[in-house]
Amino acid sequence: MQGEGSFIDDLGIHGQGYAWFVRSPYAHARIVSVDVSAAMALQGVYAVLTGDEAKEMCLVPFVQIAPGDGSRIEEWPLAVDKVRYQGDAVAVVLADSRDTARDAAELVEVEYEPLTVVVDGVEAAEPTASVLHEKAETNVAWHGVFDYGDVDFALENADHVVKIDRLHFHRFSSTPLECNGAVVDWDKGSGVVDVKSNIQMPLFAAMVIGPALGVPINKFSFSSRDIGGAFGNKIAFYPQIAALALLSKKAGRPAKWTEYRTEHMLSSTHGNERTFLDIEVPVMADGTILGVKARAVDDVGAYLHYEPLGAVIWSQVTAGCYKFKNVQIDFTSVVTNKCPVAPNRGYSRMQHLWMLERVIDIVAHELDFDPVELRKTNFVQPEDYPYLTPNGCVYDSGNLPLALDMALELADVDAWRRRQKELGTGTGKRIGIGIGSTLDSGTNNFGQARIMNPDLPFSGNGEAAFAKLDLYGEVNINLGTTPQGQSHETTSAQVAADILNMSPDDVTVTIGFDQAHNSFVGFSGTYASQFAVTGLGAVMGAVAKLRDEILEVGAFALQAPKDDLELRNGACVVKDDPSRSIPFIGIANLIYTNNAVLPRELSAKIDLNCRYVYVPPFEVPDVERKMGNLTLTYAIQIHVCVVEIDEETGVVEILSYAAIDDCGKRINPQVVEGQVHGAAGLGIAAALYESFEYDEDGQLQEPSFYEYHAGTAMDIPDIRTGNIESPSPFTPNGAKGMGEGGGAALHTICNAIQDALGKDGAVVFDSHNTWERVYELLQSSQGSEPRGVRVISREVGPA
Amino acid sequence: MTEQGTTHVIEVTINGQLYSRTVEARQLLVHFLRDTLDLTGTHIGCDTGSCGACSIILNGKLVKSCMMLAPQADGAVIETVEGLAQNGELNPLQESFSRNHGLQCGYCTPGMLMAGTYLLRENSNPTEEEVRRGIKGNICRCTGYVNIVQSIMDVAGGHGPEQAEGMVGEEQR
Repeated sequence: MQGEGSFIDDLGIHGQGYAWFVRSPYAHARIVSVDVSAAMALQGVYAVLTGDEAKEMCLVPFVQIAPGDGSRIEEWPLAVDKVRYQGDAVAVVLADSRDTARDAAELVEVEYEPLTVVVDGVEAAEPTASVLHEKAETNVAWHGVFDYGDVDFALENADHVVKIDRLHFHRFSSTPLECNGAVVDWDKGSGVVDVKSNIQMPLFAAMVIGPALGVPINKFSFSSRDIGGAFGNKIAFYPQIAALALLSKKAGRPAKWTEYRTEHMLSSTHGNERTFLDIEVPVMADGTILGVKARAVDDVGAYLHYEPLGAVIWSQVTAGCYKFKNVQIDFTSVVTNKCPVAPNRGYSRMQHLWMLERVIDIVAHELDFDPVELRKTNFVQPEDYPYLTPNGCVYDSGNLPLALDMALELADVDAWRRRQKELGTGTGKRIGIGIGSTLDSGTNNFGQARIMNPDLPFSGNGEAAFAKLDLYGEVNINLGTTPQGQSHETTSAQVAADILNMSPDDVTVTIGFDQAHNSFVGFSGTYASQFAVTGLGAVMGAVAKLRDEILEVGAFALQAPKDDLELRNGACVVKDDPSRSIPFIGIANLIYTNNAVLPRELSAKIDLNCRYVYVPPFEVPDVERKMGNLTLTYAIQIHVCVVEIDEETGVVEILSYAAIDDCGKRINPQVVEGQVHGAAGLGIAAALYESFEYDEDGQLQEPSFYEYHAGTAMDIPDIRTGNIESPSPFTPNGAKGMGEGGGAALHTICNAIQDALGKDGAVVFDSHNTWERVYELLQSSQGSEPRGVRVISREVGPA
Repeated sequence: MTEQGTTHVIEVTINGQLYSRTVEARQLLVHFLRDTLDLTGTHIGCDTGSCGACSIILNGKLVKSCMMLAPQADGAVIETVEGLAQNGELNPLQESFSRNHGLQCGYCTPGMLMAGTYLLRENSNPTEEEVRRGIKGNICRCTGYVNIVQSIMDVAGGHGPEQAEGMVGEEQR
């Protein structure tokens, strides 16, 4: 607020050099030669590192989790032999200033031999496609079939089958306003690799690059301070960190790198792009949907970073908000000559939930059901919770029908329906009303990784926290998370203050993450909508331990039984005689600087330094049947919006927007609301304005904010909000994680456009609908082209 | 330093303090503020002048400091986010942002505060539409803008967006 934040570009180390990456202009090419001589000759250049050198300095390529063919996909800190996407890093320069490094990078001469580019995910999966990773001999990184219930039986016996040829979830990203950055120092003397960065899962990065660099985890020192937004896009830039570590090692000085916007758009991360094909939906005459069958092709870009985990993550919400039991998804993860993907906000579930919401809406239109009634008929009902889903996940709590009713009322839908009727046709404007129901599954069971690769030794989840009294009795908390604006410090202080019965202003929560605090586990970080459960669960555990220790010491100091004592405003007091008390500074004194006063048994077991790891109750999933409890909590969001479409231009204006959320117990309502607004804002912008598209040569068409239309205050409408609190029975505090949001805005906007197109109108088949596409949809609604959807109805003869 | 770079001596007044420095001809004003003067409150979010994270007020006008070269600022009077608070006390606009949760990650905030400051100087009682137009050049990825608009309107004494009237809540169990 006062300009005193500590974002990564604000930090540095004495003696550092500035790094600049040399990146490929080609989407797919062989690296014939890299000549760094002109760059090295420039005054002020400390060192240049090439891909071959980086590989020489590594013991093995990066840790990689795909099984089978996918396991032979290799990645090194810099591109070796080939470049596989526009922006793939070929070399990195270290120099005495940012400008010198940039100048030197331009002097690095790289000779490329262009190869055939593949940018379509479905085509890339074909055996005839140009292969990115020769050792894998295929672009298919993973394939599997998820089969629950008996969808073929349902399709044969249902009253209707709605067939949809193709739905496409587009490629975009949350593009945090602050780009990636790091200051990496490989200290020769101690062997410690110090990494100051804004990476949001630091230990995941350490586990992936450590073996490659030959650095054990305890020789890394990861830390972060303020992070300018992450949204999952700051999970996977560990290749850059590894390259900087090697550069620092070679040059003998720290390497500071600040990514610039175009570099971020090209080479940071994008969201998963998913194509659904041959979708079949069995529906009964009364509107009961029996299931869904589809093929899914997930385009994950040129290298596997967090992937192919996305191939299983979606199954946390296999049937979405609905009760159907029969689901078959044939899932393929495929590499293409595009920027690698990472878990962009809503990761993998959003794509699947969008498809399901399109299906519900298309079924409603084709079979003349009211979209509201069809949803209510098929929703999981409030009395069904905890609800066992087809693949063993358990929905903890919620009230979908109520949330829907509230959203409809908040958006004034009755009034807008009347307006829509009045408007009629031929006025040049159309009104559309859309519903988007979604779930935000939170707190992963990492055992689901085994469904993708049975050999992975991962399962469960956890987060750590550390609570202590400091030497003068100050209360201090260290977190394992890497907050990026979700108010972790504020809510942690609130929770701690409640337990210790003091003001949150007197609780200090250390800002940012530091490996040296030792309050982390392998899963630590901020992602997957889980802080309210795992992070706060850890804080509650640590502070509860601390409270107990304070009372133990207080009992001795006040010569009173522990049960007669309580904590009040930073002191331990006798409940019935508050004049007998000892402040926290007195407690701290006894343990830290005066311990001969204490009985040995007490000083032996109490140290006022309490570390706690919250471990959610998970089991290892059934890998054979691809079943298990994959997520602990399910927050709900239902959005409703009203749009007006101009028939002449296809421009979509939002007239009304409402969002209802249910995240169980709300720890801090203002923070929750902020997350709801934020997720809606990004979703609306993605639905109407934001898309990453590549031409046939693999050139990114939106490499900066000039082309990539990030939603502005003129684009995002006012968002009305309301809420329900259905406490989760599975969490320590009844709260559920909810930060990602589940992509409800995308579902809602697409459904509103569909409504405006009317009965027999074209089908909204893509999650991205610019004015151009809406115009085309309007035009094709009048034509007689195939709509991409067919209904097959069973003849119901006399009994 | 490159051999061919030319340098200039410039004088700028920033938040009331006069600075005299030698700068390279090609140095952007935003880099001058951040790297030369250690005023790191002004941020960089893009390279095309699109995001507004670098917004400052220069000679009374709202300017994107990444779109100016440092030599062009010679003789200018500049206000940055570091100059808003007085004696460690947040000013009314900053207080409003804090009260209304108008920031999450905080990265766009300095730019938003300068845009808000400029907007309110030009128009002390803006409508919601005018506020949105006034911050159109400032991208935020975290908040969906709802609370930012609320923060600026709140300090102006205007009504917040309709959201305030549309609040509905319900307890379950």
